[in-house]
Amino acid sequence: MSRKSNFFKSIDWWIIGLYLVLVICGWVCIYGASYNFEDTVFWDINYRYGKQLMWIGMALFIGGVILLLDGEIYSVFAYGFYAGFIVLLVLTIFLAPDIKGSHSWLVLGPVNLQPAEFAKTATCLALAKIMSSYGFDLLKWRSSSTLLAEAILLLPILLIILQNETGSALVYVALVIMFYREGMPGIFILAGLCCVIYFIVAIRFGAEPVTAATPDESFGIFLVLMIAIVVHFFLVLSYFGDTVYCRDLGIANVVMFGVGLLLYKQFNIPVNFTYLAYCSMGMSILYQVYRAVKSWKPQYLFVGAFLLLSTGFAHAADFAFNDVLLPHQRSRIAVTLGMLDDPKKSGYNVAQSKIAIGSGGFDGKGFLNGTQTKLKYVPEQDTDFIFCTVGEEHGFVGCSLVLLLYIALILRIINRAERQKLAFNRIYGYCVASIFFFHVAINVGMVIGLTPVIGIPLPFFSYGGSSLWGFTILLFIFLRLDAANDEYGLSGRR
Amino acid sequence: MVNDPYQNRKFIIGGFMFLVVACYLVQLFLLQMVDSTYKDQADSNAFYKEISYPPRGVIKDRNGKAMAFNKDSYDIQITVRDAANMDTASFCKALGITREYFEQRMKQIRKIPGYSQYTPQTFMSQLSNEEFAPFQETMFRFKGISVRKRTLRDYSYPCGALLLGDIGEISRTQLDRRQKANDNYYQQGDFIGLSGLERTYENYLRGQKGVKIWLRDAHGRKKGRYEDGAKDVPFIAGQDITTTIDIDLQAYGEQLMANKVGSIVAIEPKTGEILAMVSAPTYDPTLLVGRKRSKEFMKLAKNPYKPLFDRTVQATYPPGSTFKPANTLALMQEGFVNANKSYICSHGFHAGRLTVGCHHSGGLDLISAIKLSCNAYFCYGFKDMIDNSRYGGADKAFEIWKKYMVSMGFGYKLGTDAPSEKRGYIPNAGVYNKIYGEHHWKATTIISDAIGQGEILTTPLQLANFAALLANRGYYYTPHLIKGIAGASIDTAFTTMHQTGISAKHFDPVIEGMEQVLQHGTAYWIRNDALGMCGKTGTAQNPHGKDHALFISFAPKNDPKIAICVVVENAGFGATWAAPIAALMTEKYLNGQIETPKRQYWESWLKETNLLPSLAPVVPSTKISK
Repeated sequence: MSRKSNFFKSIDWWIIGLYLVLVICGWVCIYGASYNFEDTVFWDINYRYGKQLMWIGMALFIGGVILLLDGEIYSVFAYGFYAGFIVLLVLTIFLAPDIKGSHSWLVLGPVNLQPAEFAKTATCLALAKIMSSYGFDLLKWRSSSTLLAEAILLLPILLIILQNETGSALVYVALVIMFYREGMPGIFILAGLCCVIYFIVAIRFGAEPVTAATPDESFGIFLVLMIAIVVHFFLVLSYFGDTVYCRDLGIANVVMFGVGLLLYKQFNIPVNFTYLAYCSMGMSILYQVYRAVKSWKPQYLFVGAFLLLSTGFAHAADFAFNDVLLPHQRSRIAVTLGMLDDPKKSGYNVAQSKIAIGSGGFDGKGFLNGTQTKLKYVPEQDTDFIFCTVGEEHGFVGCSLVLLLYIALILRIINRAERQKLAFNRIYGYCVASIFFFHVAINVGMVIGLTPVIGIPLPFFSYGGSSLWGFTILLFIFLRLDAANDEYGLSGRR
Repeated sequence: MVNDPYQNRKFIIGGFMFLVVACYLVQLFLLQMVDSTYKDQADSNAFYKEISYPPRGVIKDRNGKAMAFNKDSYDIQITVRDAANMDTASFCKALGITREYFEQRMKQIRKIPGYSQYTPQTFMSQLSNEEFAPFQETMFRFKGISVRKRTLRDYSYPCGALLLGDIGEISRTQLDRRQKANDNYYQQGDFIGLSGLERTYENYLRGQKGVKIWLRDAHGRKKGRYEDGAKDVPFIAGQDITTTIDIDLQAYGEQLMANKVGSIVAIEPKTGEILAMVSAPTYDPTLLVGRKRSKEFMKLAKNPYKPLFDRTVQATYPPGSTFKPANTLALMQEGFVNANKSYICSHGFHAGRLTVGCHHSGGLDLISAIKLSCNAYFCYGFKDMIDNSRYGGADKAFEIWKKYMVSMGFGYKLGTDAPSEKRGYIPNAGVYNKIYGEHHWKATTIISDAIGQGEILTTPLQLANFAALLANRGYYYTPHLIKGIAGASIDTAFTTMHQTGISAKHFDPVIEGMEQVLQHGTAYWIRNDALGMCGKTGTAQNPHGKDHALFISFAPKNDPKIAICVVVENAGFGATWAAPIAALMTEKYLNGQIETPKRQYWESWLKETNLLPSLAPVVPSTKISK
């Protein structure tokens, strides 16, 4: 009896509260999105809002069961779950019918299930298990356990890509956040971030000239070089604390670009600024070699390598975009980056969703009054583009509120994860927070035109049993683990 | 946990997430609060505006008889999606069209911008009641076929085609021009007045379109009424207008001008109201209504006698002798001629080697000169003025003479409400300076101007207006076609008196001479003292054929009710052809009928005479006048 009262006390009711609020808001939006002006039936179980209510009921049931089960099983059977879902993912590739080109839905009588939604949870559990095992060190990359962790992560990604669900596979990228928390060096994040920024900058401005006088230069590549030069100063400062280096080269750069700008602006001499950037890099590398030899710090050469790699990446991104990507992928990226205005084709979805959201104004058109979503201008309006309904009917106020609910939920999960005594629980908690964050950021970003169109659902809002159950299971396992936290007197690893 | 070196990374992670959400909130703020274009786009996306067309205003004559009114017309519309399984063969049969026409039309429809297979597209437009009635009986069998009602013009009298004007679909260029001028009333496919009164008074006649707002989905399907019709706007019918035209007189004029090329303009002098405005040859206005419009229009456009050319305001002629009273009045006001002034005419005007011929000789005073249309008299008077040293040069004198002509409505557009009015032409001194060199010309150089030839060109409307100002003894109102607009007042330009600056007293001898023209002058043979008609003949030689006959008149002399100008191209002497037409028009207007058998004979003789020229180009000539 005492265990039970403790148990209820130790459940994080904040998370459950936020979960319930989001699920209810989501259902209201699905009701709004499937409402029809012509046929104003208030209630019909066969409509999507009716079905979604059933999914919600079952999700709550599943959540309850998870809370009542013993918290130990997730850790104990982590690999078992993982293996089971890998098998299911493989089977899905062969058994699933072709739905819009993807083979990711298992048809079980009247119910369609998407195993990928559940595989996330299994992968997180397996990762948490191996990373919390004794002697695991993320920094020892050659160790068999680190390699195994990588394999655990990559295997489902590969299988989901084979199902032609690239969007769902990309979700695993989110786990970088968890890896960072668990000690992955910041330089990896920096490198990853640099790659993304370089790619976007190189492509976005790739076709624009630096100055009118030198049309062959690519402003994109020039900008990447300049960013690399700025970042390399930051690296030198933070790793070597070398202020002399920064001062000397800083002055040299200012003088060089200043003279270049003066010649161009005042004397109309066609200066190639890209060459100036290369010159600046050359100076930096020579100086680094000098420093490396003089102070016997060969690490300086890594900074030089960073500059060279940045240059190479800029050109590679340019090449990849123009010569490797398929036309539809290229146009998706181009529309997202605002280089292409093509509202009838690839940009149609985003254009319509922006119209729907933009027409909402401050407090929206009111519940069931959204014309854009009701009249089916927005595609996938109750699944991937459900956020449009929020934007159109509830305006800026509604959107802000929903985003704040999400960030509150995610930060609460991080907060609870940090107080876990077991590394397994903490790692799993960060996995959950990372995945929720990725889904929200990419889905909302796509709907408001900030990120490319990647078809992943908005947690608790998008219509569909699989995704709702998947997210519920993901979250409630963490709740269960968290509730058991107080039972442990000592921490596990670390 | 205690010695976790990476614990602080939670702040970096949390901060990063917060930053992303902040960026999203900024973007949402921009989309929803700052940029208003999305709202407009949403509206044009979601609303299907069904237009209801108002009936056009009726055009009535001065006595309230409807000239142009409305009849129902029907547009057959097809909703392609619903009509997919239609029995095309019997549909074509019911409409009396061929299968090929159907296929071709469907192809056209699919190319129309904004085409949607879910909304009605116009398949055939402007079916008349007679054309539509048989189809209506079978219409229920064709799914996806609907009907839109609009109105078309119909006419009580087969006349007045050019002055009433016609209506047609607005052209792309007109649409652009209207939109540039911030007039967004029209959409492609709307009707607009293209010429005549329909064009001038378009904004009153058209009314206000109504609109029913439907919601439509991304496929263009209708999805119920927006706010249950609360935002719908009912149409407002067009405003009726009353014209100054006497439709009976107009019809009579058109009969008299049958098979002739020319024009009649009749004006009520006291008001400037145009009583009749006949351009011949003319056509039945019903030809340009409905489905046959474009075919008939092409026929009219190709007709060598140019029935679409409104000769009353667009044709310019040398006025010939009808211009002599104008010249006289200027000379009188400047003091060179008066009732008692005589010149010797010896078979014409002679100055050196220059001769302007005349058919008579001897001394003539002003009244006789007008009565007999003596060229010599007006040339001598003109020479006296232009060559007079008191002006300090022929150019200065001519500028003053020109000013009088302009004050009598010549040389510039009068500003009437019949569209496309031409200005005619009165040269200024600068023109002659250019041709002959400054100080290298004098009266004899430009002597033809004295008798309405030379460079001078006038429209029949200007000549009729001149007749009206003679009747008024010195003033006129801008001739106009509008008498009243329901719910609006007419342009004050038409109720503003224009003074010529010539004293009323100078008019008496001129009018005396014009009265004698019809008693024992050039047009003595149509004498009818009961009418009190005063007139002036004119003839302009035409090197391509017979001369153009001109005649201006007003009646009765002391209380003028009608002023007329008649032009009959290629007809010969003005007295022979133009004068009897003017006389009959006057009698018809004043008495309502033609009384004596003699004149009834003229009537039928004129109606039956064919004076259509052979199809050589018609160019009014200069020189000789009588």
